[in-house]
Amino acid sequence: MVEFLNNLLSSFLPDWMALLVVIVLKIVAIVLPLILLVAYATYAERKIIGYMQVRLGPNRVGFKGLLQPFADMFKLIFKEIVIPAKSNRFLFLIAPLLAMGPAFAAWAVIPFDDGMVLANVNAGLLFLLALTSLGVYGVILAGWASNSKYAQLSALRIGAQMVSYEIAMGFALVGVLMASGSLNLGDIVMAQSGSIFSWFVWPLFGLFLVYFISGVAETNRAPFDVAEGESEIVAGFHVEYSGMAFSIFFLAEYANMWLISALTALMFLGGWLSPFQGLTFLTETPVIGLFFGNGIHWLLLKASFFMLLFFWFRATFPRYRYDQIMRLGWKVLIPVTLVWIFGEGLAVALGWQPWL
Amino acid sequence: MGFNLKHYLKTFSLQELMKGMSVTGKYLFDCKFTIQYPEEKTPISPRFRGHHALRRYPNGEERCIACKLCEAVCPALAITIELEERPDGTRRTTRYDIDMFKCIYCGFCEEACPVDAIVETDIFEYHFENRGENIMTKDKLLAVGDKYEEKIAKMKAADAPYR
Amino acid sequence: MTFEQIIFYLFAGVLVIAAAGMVTVRNPIYAALCLILSFFTSAALWLLLEAEFLGIVLVLVYVGAVMVLFLFVIMMLDLNLDLLKEGFARYLPVGLLVAAVVAVEMILVLQSGPFGATQPAAPAPANNTEALGEILYTDYVYPFEIAAVILVVAIIAAIVLTLRRRPDARKQDISQQVQVRREDRVRLVKMKAERSGKEA
Repeated sequence: MVEFLNNLLSSFLPDWMALLVVIVLKIVAIVLPLILLVAYATYAERKIIGYMQVRLGPNRVGFKGLLQPFADMFKLIFKEIVIPAKSNRFLFLIAPLLAMGPAFAAWAVIPFDDGMVLANVNAGLLFLLALTSLGVYGVILAGWASNSKYAQLSALRIGAQMVSYEIAMGFALVGVLMASGSLNLGDIVMAQSGSIFSWFVWPLFGLFLVYFISGVAETNRAPFDVAEGESEIVAGFHVEYSGMAFSIFFLAEYANMWLISALTALMFLGGWLSPFQGLTFLTETPVIGLFFGNGIHWLLLKASFFMLLFFWFRATFPRYRYDQIMRLGWKVLIPVTLVWIFGEGLAVALGWQPWL
Repeated sequence: MGFNLKHYLKTFSLQELMKGMSVTGKYLFDCKFTIQYPEEKTPISPRFRGHHALRRYPNGEERCIACKLCEAVCPALAITIELEERPDGTRRTTRYDIDMFKCIYCGFCEEACPVDAIVETDIFEYHFENRGENIMTKDKLLAVGDKYEEKIAKMKAADAPYR
Repeated sequence: MTFEQIIFYLFAGVLVIAAAGMVTVRNPIYAALCLILSFFTSAALWLLLEAEFLGIVLVLVYVGAVMVLFLFVIMMLDLNLDLLKEGFARYLPVGLLVAAVVAVEMILVLQSGPFGATQPAAPAPANNTEALGEILYTDYVYPFEIAAVILVVAIIAAIVLTLRRRPDARKQDISQQVQVRREDRVRLVKMKAERSGKEA
């Protein structure tokens, strides 16, 4: 289809413009479903946490409350964006966009299926690390530009927290790239093909846990949500935001959660690879083979499972104290990754690679 | 404290986290007892203290004798009473106002009333659309009493054995 | 003009404007943001040259970590621009001297050795992350390790400099706190009832 579109466009457009149009169309094809996923993630979160607290959650707008995200969206669109007095107007307005940009840009290198990726870059993993580390700017600037004590405190907390957890996250990724021998996400997934037992979760279980825990901390979700901490600093960096400006922060947070979920699925659970790989009687039957075979639906299912974990954590754990967060990051997670990588390095050096 | 192997094993196996998550996970499938309010309502006790009403005797004469006990007992100073003497020698109110914004629905007025004139009904779904409507005047209170007399009488009768 | 050239001139323009802004803007926060923007656009230029590893590492290290801390510090400061300008005339000669020395050094370095190469040494391999890694860990393994050791020393030195033991300060030992068990805090005591109800 992309080929056809390319030919069609280049018949009446100059080459570079045709390329641009195709790229923009691909971006739209990724971002629109992503925004829909984000909208329904908020619904799922309210529903799941509600159920865990023996409540029903939203159930008024539409069947079982399924239109709730749209109701919320319209409410936020029509609300006024209040700009606080003595705030830095320019930075105040640009901060939400700085938070959202990296959250969406990172999806450029995520492969959804074999070859189904916007930019098949070799250093995909590094690109992801770089972009996730950029998200902190939106938050820090929002905190500073709001000219509010709560927002400023939250910006300081979040800055330190994200910079620290990035290290543990990066080390966990080092383990993955040592196992796969590539920085390209597609190659990383392909390195896990074979059967369910060649997924990286098994040899890299510790790194998997560290990665997901630091992922939760990176996205500032409970129990690491000291940056928002309603009971201490109201709502943290977005106290002063309202209407669309607020909802863009919301969008960025949930897009980041999906990103972390998708990445965990790609790097440790074999991405779009089916867990029934190798069981030919399932994967090669005509109709059910479509489901049991490899495909984008497996990535979606795995990512959704990690989203469920995000919500589950939020319903279960009380918020960490700030100094305990720092201790967990620096004194527990980083040493764990270092030890694990050392062991993995030994295994690679000895040629003992059970995951291959 | 020293090196506590048992503690480390317990921490790194995430045992306690799993325990916590299993609790919330169990409640995910538990029976929900949310009440869908406008459609479903919980039963209301006959002692419920809601909107006020002024009652009348069966012959149509208002009960209130303007003794001002309710005005005196009201902790929120929500009640204002003015009175006159009628040509037949009875004391009656000319003004009986309750400021519903001040009222805390304690029910003391009802307790204090020697003639069961002021009562609190089980009506709790009401609202005001304009300023000033929060002052319930004598006419309005009597109208409420007339409208719900049957229900009020039933509630009082149900509660009587326990008083 | 090809697509790539358009992108190049776009990024180059942004880079020049951002770099100029960084030294001329009055608000220190804006200056830091301009610096971030120029880092970012130069990383993009490197990506255009297919030096993807360098470009991304520039973003990762400088934009993602160093500048965050920088911004952090600037936000905490209450900068008074008048005070900063006070000794401007007095320090000007020294500043000019330092600038001249730096310029001369840069010219000398750029005219000599590896920078004198007029053409690329070899066609860049497809995956330059791998190529860079191979060179770093074979040909330049000792310089690389020495640089790493120097960095570790710097980190430890920074930690030691800020580590002040204050015996009178009260603080919490978190690892001790999280190791607490129920038995350490709660003691269940069996007691006889003092009076057995009303029956007497």
